[in-house]
Amino acid sequence: MTTLIIADHGGAALHAATLNTVTAAQKIGGDIHVLVAGSNAGGAAQAAAKIAGVAKVLHADAPQLAGATAENLAATIVPIVKAGGYSHVLAPATGFGKNVLPRVAAMLDVAQISEIVAVEGADTFVRPIYAGSALATVRSADPVKVITVRATGFDAAAAEGGSAAVESAAAAADTELTKVTGQELSKSERPELTSARIVISGGRGLGSAENFKLLEALAAKLNAALGASRAAVDAGYVPNDFQVGQTGKIVAPELYIAVGISGAIQHLAGMKDSKVIVAINKDPEAPIFQVADYGLVGDLFKIIPELQSALG
Amino acid sequence: MKILVSAKRVVDYNVKVRVKPDGSGVDTANVKMSMNPFDEIAVEEAVRLKERGAATEIVAVSCGPAACQETLRTALALGADRAILVETDADLQPLAVAKLLKAIVAKEQPKLVIMGKQAIDDDSNQTGQMLAALLGWPQATYASKVEIAGERATVKREVDGGLETVETGLPAVVTTDLRLNEPRYATLPNIMKAKKKPLETTTPAALGVDVQPRITTLKVVEPPKRKGGGKVADAAELVAKLRNEAKVI
Repeated sequence: MTTLIIADHGGAALHAATLNTVTAAQKIGGDIHVLVAGSNAGGAAQAAAKIAGVAKVLHADAPQLAGATAENLAATIVPIVKAGGYSHVLAPATGFGKNVLPRVAAMLDVAQISEIVAVEGADTFVRPIYAGSALATVRSADPVKVITVRATGFDAAAAEGGSAAVESAAAAADTELTKVTGQELSKSERPELTSARIVISGGRGLGSAENFKLLEALAAKLNAALGASRAAVDAGYVPNDFQVGQTGKIVAPELYIAVGISGAIQHLAGMKDSKVIVAINKDPEAPIFQVADYGLVGDLFKIIPELQSALG
Repeated sequence: MKILVSAKRVVDYNVKVRVKPDGSGVDTANVKMSMNPFDEIAVEEAVRLKERGAATEIVAVSCGPAACQETLRTALALGADRAILVETDADLQPLAVAKLLKAIVAKEQPKLVIMGKQAIDDDSNQTGQMLAALLGWPQATYASKVEIAGERATVKREVDGGLETVETGLPAVVTTDLRLNEPRYATLPNIMKAKKKPLETTTPAALGVDVQPRITTLKVVEPPKRKGGGKVADAAELVAKLRNEAKVI
């Protein structure tokens, strides 16, 4: 039994969720190999080799993998899975993994099990359904289990301590099906949302993009990442990549501070596994208070500056 | 250009779902059902492309029990021209649905398939990618903007770090994200007109597709409840509690 993990990486380094995926693979058991597919991704391949518990790193490096398109990646991954006789193929349930892995599963004619949060056995897994309103335990009958892993369900594996060999793997020829022609990536001084220790999220209660900036100073003080509810993103206060929730990012920081967020189930789905939740809202009946360890009812425009000064 | 859109019938997004006491699933009896919200966005996008002159015909497809006819009537009221129901009471999983849609694509020969990025019941987020794989077509998932010019599509995608633009040839599969558009409401005259639009029914067997589930659900439980509801009086008390009690700052 051997698991192949498809690394989510940025060329020079691994995306943090890849480490949580290694832990999920350890719970499944057997050997763990990591595939780093990209262009000039030697840095990420070296980083993968150092992860504790990884037995081998496969490095496919080719210009056609630069855009990380699902088409070229799946064409590269599928022959590797078949030749390697892998029993499990895992990827983190990031935007990357969610885009690529179902294409791999269909090409292998197997089902995919999405966003597992626990491993009960080599073929049995737990995953949330209905925006986390229920947890389903499912068993796969397929010869290869193709799985995306929700990072918040598993601790990160140690990034250091391993010394796996890095072997080169063949990249498939360019499928020429899609071409990435542009990127508008948010630049932020703040830590990355899904791996930050503290997250401050704003909702419609902020009222405007201008007011959302109030949270930035607070976030800087706490070295926190900034997030938002769907309502705040839809209203155009912040870009889409801030969204926390069922269809946005799933976070589980040590501390989650929800400001002006009412707490729709779709939002709770993305943050209710946080260790400590703080809610600041003027409506004492807001559902967010039902999941908050510390609720503060009041006007956020008054409370945020007070918090700033109380933090010293 | 013909566009195919898929429409799944799901528990309405406003319904608070309940886990059945025997742990066999969630209770869907006597619960309001609606079209998956992401599929509504897909139908709306197809209608807008037709209104802009980029498409000539919209075919809506749903797979599931006879009641999915309602979902298809909604798609027709929103502007689809005709509908196909692949009728079955079987438990349909994403790979099976992708295979059914592939068979429909073979018959209908659309240039573009637009689908919701995920259904809000099983939250799988797989079917569009799987259909693209089975067809050997390009996929542009999580679209927040779609432009069609001749035989090419330019799609803005929502990715983890922001937005990404991809160009694909046609035919292609596009899956919708939340900000692609805001679906219109069906007007009463359009709801009446939709009743007269053609709705054809077929079955997985007639399409030659094996829909046998690959995944068995062993049990469904409620997630552990959070013990929330704690309150503090002011910012100073909050900071003190976070420092001394929770020890997170």
